[in-house]
Amino acid sequence: MAQASYPAELLYHPEHDWARIEDDGSGLATLGITWYAQDSLGEVVFFEAPALGTMLTKDEPYTEVESVKAVSDVVAPLSGEVVEVNQALAENPATINEDPYGEGWLVKVRLSDPSEREALLDAASYMATLAG
Amino acid sequence: MSSTATPTLRRTPLFDRHVAAGAKLVDFAGWEMPVYYGGPPALIQEHMAVREACGIFDVSHMGEIETSGPGSPALLQRLLSNDVAKIAPGGAQYSVLCREDGGVLDDLFTYRLDVDRYLTITNAANHVQDLAWFNAHAIDVPDVEVHDRIDEWAMLAVQGPLAREIVQAISDSPLPARMRAEPRRVAGAEVLVCGTGYTGEDGVELLCAPEHAAALWDEIVRRGATPAGLGARDTLRLEVCFHLYGNDLSVERGPIEAGLGWCCKEDTSFIGSDAVRAVRERGPAERLVAFAIDGPGIARQGNPVAGGGEVTSGTLSPCLQTGIGLAYVPAERAATGTQLQIDVRGKMRPAVVKDKPLYRKDA
Repeated sequence: MAQASYPAELLYHPEHDWARIEDDGSGLATLGITWYAQDSLGEVVFFEAPALGTMLTKDEPYTEVESVKAVSDVVAPLSGEVVEVNQALAENPATINEDPYGEGWLVKVRLSDPSEREALLDAASYMATLAG
Repeated sequence: MSSTATPTLRRTPLFDRHVAAGAKLVDFAGWEMPVYYGGPPALIQEHMAVREACGIFDVSHMGEIETSGPGSPALLQRLLSNDVAKIAPGGAQYSVLCREDGGVLDDLFTYRLDVDRYLTITNAANHVQDLAWFNAHAIDVPDVEVHDRIDEWAMLAVQGPLAREIVQAISDSPLPARMRAEPRRVAGAEVLVCGTGYTGEDGVELLCAPEHAAALWDEIVRRGATPAGLGARDTLRLEVCFHLYGNDLSVERGPIEAGLGWCCKEDTSFIGSDAVRAVRERGPAERLVAFAIDGPGIARQGNPVAGGGEVTSGTLSPCLQTGIGLAYVPAERAATGTQLQIDVRGKMRPAVVKDKPLYRKDA
């Protein structure tokens, strides 16, 4: 998508990741990178998903996305276990650019400490960090 | 991920054009330069525009050194690795600049503007050092003057299968052939038109006074050239295995190791020729090879090669759709078809040594 966008229903990590926490009490969350992250990186040409069962630690890198020019670490916004990965990205990694909050999601995790969400930013607060 | 520009960066005469075109700007050797224009697919689109039609690059950050006077052939013959006597007036030649020990200080194109007047194009990061090297050695040569011309020339590269047609339409006479450099009036401005480039495509490089650069840029863009940034310039050159100084060339290695023996004529006694001759005769311990990753993954500069050696340039090839690069490897593992294992941030990626260039137009 060409225009910057930061959906209000998501939570954000200052290292340019988003999390969509299921509100059904399942303790599951979907993770991805923000519009700003994909725009800064350029067209994503390579993404190798982490293995199922990988344990993510909040604030630590858990995978990489690569453009033609650069490799960028992806930081976990929340801690948890990878229970699903976006297989479609292996064939079409540029989906991360085209639809970063939808088809371009990276992984789904089972949160190990749901209270960590308190440390994440809402869309307005995240956008404020970009303005600096 | 941020690329905050500081006011200390130098800007080319086309800076306003880059901003207006939505360029992503980066610090490149102290210059604020466009890496690509617009949003994420831009780099690959610019790359393909050059391969399939025409792209235009601002390369005004590159430096120029003018060497003039009756002693200029003698000075250049001493400094440059190639046989400068072979450049006819209006000709062009590629060479390297070596230290005594053969380490490469820069790689350069030299244009012979007139009988006793030469213009040498330097890499932006090396310009000041190259100029000092030229001046230091000019002391030993009579009747020669060395002038820094970096502020007198802007430089545009127009590259791609349609490049000549586009520039020809606004030129007062037929464009010079490949490896020729001659003055023309282009879009009303005095321009040194050079049949050279860094993309593997046909095209020209245009040197003009900075005040004419914007009008020239506008006219060539209006006629269909796609503005292209340093990102596409890098992927284009890597597909055809042109060296990038600071990646594939450095003072740590010599021209024979780099596969540039073809532009070294040791009989001219250039500085470093003894060292270059010695390596050529005994054979280099390592060689720069082109490789393609066999499977997923993209190797990058600095990735180690198992069994010795390292990647000096690596990217995803937009044309080949695979990871490609250049790497120094032990000479006995440099043959085409040799299987390599490259350590890409902890993952071993299989790769194969390929013939150069990696990308061929008619392939």
